[in-house]
Amino acid sequence: MQSSLSLSFAAPSPRSRLPPAAAAAAEPSLSAPISLRFCGLRREALGFTPLRQPASRRAPAPRVQVRGRGKVTSASLSDNGSAPRSFDYDLVIIGAGVGGHGAALHAVEKGLKTAIIEGDVVGGTCVNRGCVPSKALLAVSGRMRELQSDHHLKALGLQVAAAGYDRQGVADHANNLASKIRSNLTNSMKALGVDILTGIGTIVGPQKVKYGKVGFTDNVITAKNIIIATGSVPFVPKGIEVDGKTVITSDHALKLESVPDWIAIVGSGYIGLEFSDVYTALGSEVTFIEALDQLMPGFDPEIGKLAQRVLINPRKIDYHTGVFASKITPAKDGKPVMIELIDAKTKEPKDTLEVDAALIATGRAPFTKGLGLENINVETQRGFVPVDERMRVIDANGKLVPHLYCIGDANGKMMLAHAASAQGISVVEQVTGKDHVLNHLSIPAACFTHPEISMVGLTEPQAREKAQKEGFEVSVAKTSFKANTKALAENEGEGLAKMIYRPDNGEILGVHIFGLHAADLIHEASNAIALGTSINDIKFAVHAHPTLSEVLDELFKSAKVNHPVTSSVSEPVAV
Amino acid sequence: MASSSLLSPSSSTAANPAASISFSSSLSAAPLPRRPSSAFPRGGRRGRRSLSVQSKIREIFMPALSSTMTEGKIVSWVKSEGDVLSKGESVVVVESDKADMDVETFYDGILAAIVVPEGESAPVGSPIGLLAETEDEVAEAKAKAAAKSGSPSSPPPAPPAAETPAVTSNPAPAIAQPPPQPAAPVGVPGQIVATPSAKKLAKQHKVDINKVTGTGPYGRITPADVEAAAGIQPSFKPAVAVTASPAVAAEPAPAAAAAPPKSAAPAPPPLPGSTVVPFTTMQAAVSKNMLESLSVPTFRVGYPVTTDALDALYLKVKPKGVTMTAILAKAAAMALVQHPVVNASCKDGKSFTYNSNVNIAVAVAINGGLITPVLQDADKLDLYLLSQKWKELVEKARSKQLQPHEYNSGTFTLSNLGMFGVDRFDAILPPGQGAIMAVGASKPTVVADADGFFSVKSKMLVNVTADHRIVYGADLAAFLQTFSKIVENPESLTL
Repeated sequence: MQSSLSLSFAAPSPRSRLPPAAAAAAEPSLSAPISLRFCGLRREALGFTPLRQPASRRAPAPRVQVRGRGKVTSASLSDNGSAPRSFDYDLVIIGAGVGGHGAALHAVEKGLKTAIIEGDVVGGTCVNRGCVPSKALLAVSGRMRELQSDHHLKALGLQVAAAGYDRQGVADHANNLASKIRSNLTNSMKALGVDILTGIGTIVGPQKVKYGKVGFTDNVITAKNIIIATGSVPFVPKGIEVDGKTVITSDHALKLESVPDWIAIVGSGYIGLEFSDVYTALGSEVTFIEALDQLMPGFDPEIGKLAQRVLINPRKIDYHTGVFASKITPAKDGKPVMIELIDAKTKEPKDTLEVDAALIATGRAPFTKGLGLENINVETQRGFVPVDERMRVIDANGKLVPHLYCIGDANGKMMLAHAASAQGISVVEQVTGKDHVLNHLSIPAACFTHPEISMVGLTEPQAREKAQKEGFEVSVAKTSFKANTKALAENEGEGLAKMIYRPDNGEILGVHIFGLHAADLIHEASNAIALGTSINDIKFAVHAHPTLSEVLDELFKSAKVNHPVTSSVSEPVAV
Repeated sequence: MASSSLLSPSSSTAANPAASISFSSSLSAAPLPRRPSSAFPRGGRRGRRSLSVQSKIREIFMPALSSTMTEGKIVSWVKSEGDVLSKGESVVVVESDKADMDVETFYDGILAAIVVPEGESAPVGSPIGLLAETEDEVAEAKAKAAAKSGSPSSPPPAPPAAETPAVTSNPAPAIAQPPPQPAAPVGVPGQIVATPSAKKLAKQHKVDINKVTGTGPYGRITPADVEAAAGIQPSFKPAVAVTASPAVAAEPAPAAAAAPPKSAAPAPPPLPGSTVVPFTTMQAAVSKNMLESLSVPTFRVGYPVTTDALDALYLKVKPKGVTMTAILAKAAAMALVQHPVVNASCKDGKSFTYNSNVNIAVAVAINGGLITPVLQDADKLDLYLLSQKWKELVEKARSKQLQPHEYNSGTFTLSNLGMFGVDRFDAILPPGQGAIMAVGASKPTVVADADGFFSVKSKMLVNVTADHRIVYGADLAAFLQTFSKIVENPESLTL
């Protein structure tokens, strides 16, 4: 599920001999020469930012004259093949999800004239059909869990009569949250002067994009740089018939139109796990179907084991691992949902399940059809737009396409909303003359179950593999939430924080947390990785007492680094 | 643990093929120091040598996870009974003083039996589970486990007998409607479909899921079915889950209606020297019914009845074996025939259920409990037959031989405390009935008639409690008036 590659990257630029300062001023298509770290590319589900984009086969229509601004003046185009010399926009982003939004805001800050094209609703998957509404449902499920946990409440001395919920009320909460965030996003872009262009965006040639609604005349605009940020859609394996009622994807599930008595969840990654938390809190029973041999394949094995013990075993959940759902038929004609399971390896029929509903959470597929990539000789790989470490699009001949970038789920590097946004910012940095390579290993991820799971960097097996290849040692430090005062005060002592690090230089390779507010706690570790802070430095940082952050404090302090490297930020010395 | 080599399978079987059925197995968290063998209860095994079994059943011991650990708590069993284990797999999670540790098996095999269940503690070195080498030995291991579970450390997996619902052979309490008989099993051939929670419960209560009849949608086995099969009251948890969704339109929430309101105030601590005696089954049923009665809106109407004529009649028929209970029951039954609404009941809060028979239940205090034998068709039987019937019922009640229809078919209840000199009292309406009559003692009373003449008459106060959803004030008053007329002119009783 996860792959981590360590790329040693030789900058392809002929000007790589330039000193960094010179390179920074160079054209963005030229890469900086030195010591840039590249990181594992983690493929994970829970991506965002799709854009409905049926392929439009119209010929390009006359382009619209857009008011010029400063140095950018409009120029008419004579032929399709050559790039225009002056542009309508400095930057055009196709897709107004979280990735496109992040890029647009940063572009405006950098003084770029920016437009964003959206064919569906602003906010993309994350805001409309992903992390945002799911957090609303999980907020409900967390409270339901607390109210239903008799022994937990009793231990706190609380008495609560039977808790109940109103399904429509819960669904409305999720929907209202999505609308609110969507309008915030829209307003923030409008306020900054980003042009929001409605329609399906298609690349018609170098630095040229057309957009328009079906049935209307297309507009063609030119842009100095183009970012593709069209995101992804739920991936439904073949053999599965989605009817939106009893066989559903996360898109439907987030509307919470029903709470089935028994729901099968196909896939036990982030999406499946979060929905199992929601459904079991609302009274459903859940059956997981996982193709790999263990549940929660993307997680560090130790964290996965603990998570299974807390999030799966005591709940009304059972599971089938090592099996594919080869055929799923929605409930009809008085029959329940039928799921045929086959062995993942031998492909032999194994079992048939009869359940009330099935949620397909097998990951997400890039939404890149109809982008017009064929016009610029780019071939997608399993739907993903191939890019280099600077998000520059690579064409069928392995060459970089100038002025074209792809961020977010559409490139598949790391299918997380905040990763898309970070990639977008990285691209804007590059097109404004400052080379930048995003360290994907510093991007945290979180699963908002109760308790939460969060992680950044490498898992232990990944780190050990890398260590063997590169010949360094790896150590692991662990702390338990059971030893944390705040966690015990909350009566939530179940949890573990784990750090994988190099004992020789104190570099943090990965941190994994399972426990109360893990998603909020991870950032101390992710920032340390992003900034290259050594354990030797961070262990002297002070944490307020009593707080959950002391779990990480303990973690850093318990690490054993062989040769303390003197901190670059040394004590102040009078000179 | 290291000590397992002391009784290694190969050596012992070679020396004495017929001996040594179990080998100390070892489960221990890999990085931790192993425990010396002193903790192994070897004596017990020696005693079983005479069994001459060649199977290989290994005991899984509570490992010592730290030097100071004397006992450990089982946080959870990663594997369940019947699971196939391979060497190095996590089997059980044990809580140590700092964190929970996964404990791995050093042998391949089948987890045959869990001796110490989740949440329980066991001393270091004591067996917590049994590992069988092959399928054939699983049954034997289970038998061993059963023998072990007699030890105090292992809690009874079977539910306590007291929790079983009232069985037909037991007299159920007065004023009690015993739980309905479980639905007749419906044969569902083919695949067993059980929900995740049902499977977990079945494992927990050691119920063979293949023998459970599913009553859920599409014949699937629900947690309630497993609990019924295990003979336990529905657990609290699922009830919460069901009531948790009353607002879901499609979901009926019968549990919500049935659930008694939870008392919010915590019980005060018992006074020093007080003793706590748990309810008997009958008393528990009374308690339950009394709580249920709180959901019915009742009201009371009292009426003084002159009994001189009745007393005279009683003196006449007493030698023929007629009891006062029979006379009052007959009188009430005759009045009920004229006022069928008082004989009705309100089952669902939406309708009247008029009963075709007049069955008079009579409250009887017995063996520290309370039961209501029923005089069926009291309006149709004559006094003599009624009296005879009554004697039989009382005898059966005393010997706990009452059949359910003999105590739960009442349509109207009679309660008489007159023999204690009580002049009036107030009865609680039993669930499922429309009215109950509380009869006080008959006492000589000075009365003034219309002309101002004083006389002394015997008067008794009857007080009827009724369900105001179906019986209104005027209904009850009219019924009492009829009853009073019948008692004051008792000739009709003997007809």
